[in-house]
Amino acid sequence: MIISVLSGKGGTGKTTVATNLAWSGSKTAYIDCDVEEPNGFLFLKPAIEQTEKVNVMVPSIDKDSCLACGQCAKWCQFNALAQTKNTLLSFLQLCHGCGLCALVCPEGAITEVPREIGIIEKGQFNNNNEFIHGILKTGEPIAVPVINRIIEKIPELTADFIIVDCPPGSSCAVIAAVEKSNFCLLVTEPTPFGLHDLQIAVNLVRTLNISAGVVINKADSGSEMIRSYCEAEGIPVLMELPFSKGVARTYSTGKLLVQEDLLLRQEFQDLMARLEGVVS
Amino acid sequence: MKMVVTAEGRDLDAPVDPRFGRCEWFISVNSDSMEFDCSANSAVNSSQGAGIQAAQFVVDSQAEALVTGHVGPNAFQVIDASGIKIYDGTGLTVKQAIEHLKNGRLTEIVQAGPAHAGMKRK
Repeated sequence: MIISVLSGKGGTGKTTVATNLAWSGSKTAYIDCDVEEPNGFLFLKPAIEQTEKVNVMVPSIDKDSCLACGQCAKWCQFNALAQTKNTLLSFLQLCHGCGLCALVCPEGAITEVPREIGIIEKGQFNNNNEFIHGILKTGEPIAVPVINRIIEKIPELTADFIIVDCPPGSSCAVIAAVEKSNFCLLVTEPTPFGLHDLQIAVNLVRTLNISAGVVINKADSGSEMIRSYCEAEGIPVLMELPFSKGVARTYSTGKLLVQEDLLLRQEFQDLMARLEGVVS
Repeated sequence: MKMVVTAEGRDLDAPVDPRFGRCEWFISVNSDSMEFDCSANSAVNSSQGAGIQAAQFVVDSQAEALVTGHVGPNAFQVIDASGIKIYDGTGLTVKQAIEHLKNGRLTEIVQAGPAHAGMKRK
């Protein structure tokens, strides 16, 4: 069972919810797809056992065979190639590695060569819970290939529940992380921004036809705004984490809430149980 | 001379669009006859590399000059490699920009500005 944790808005508490939830189940794996800033490891402190490179296959152009016909640039939907008056220019950071340029080149002047854009690390936390995260190289603009590689690893895992910590926003990177999920946990905060981006996240999961529930983090008197939206839309609110200095303090020292606070430990165990109920 | 001007509207009285990759319209003008035609910029909705796509349009149109506002590093490279000169028409209408260019009063842009300048909402 794959449960992804996303939010639309950044900084609402995806990683807080995902890491504490992952710690609360016995056969639970944690997967960090926020490859631009993976920080789940700070809280779960996994022992890393395996590292592999993530390559994108990018075009290498044989200048002698290239006739500068511009077909490759014309077909590249990622704008990674441009045909200038006399030469072909490539912008390999924009390449998604689809290979179409090599296919359409009438002269066979393009071969595909690997280009490293990041790594994946695999390990264990809390004795024997599986852990995977991806790290996109600094300066690389495209996260999707790293996320796809992580998602491809899910079938190798033995856990019953796989918690996917998603990137913020609602772009291609989020869709790549969420696509294979059975359920989405939408983390929001009781602010107008939180609600606005929650609505975008709800649209996203509905488009992908995945059912979802909401966690209100930093809950306070403003939470009613989120609750009434969820009620109107028929989306269950599965947990409310109260706004608290204690929570912030625990977070800032890299500790899990479930290790420090018995009440919150119970809350997360209840959330896990509720998810098992909702999903199965 | 054939030139391409980025514009906020579809005719010569429209203001020059200071964005390049994500400008609204391209107006291709023959500066001698002042005949022009207008194309929507298809790069506006591209998820990435809008400047490169827009630059490809300018190169393919066989213009000798481009009048716009900000050109990012990737687009600059494509246009520069094609020997097309870039001029700053910020604050002018398309017609004024062409007149200024004919009179040698437009400043040539000789190096790229920051990337993603046109992503900001107006």
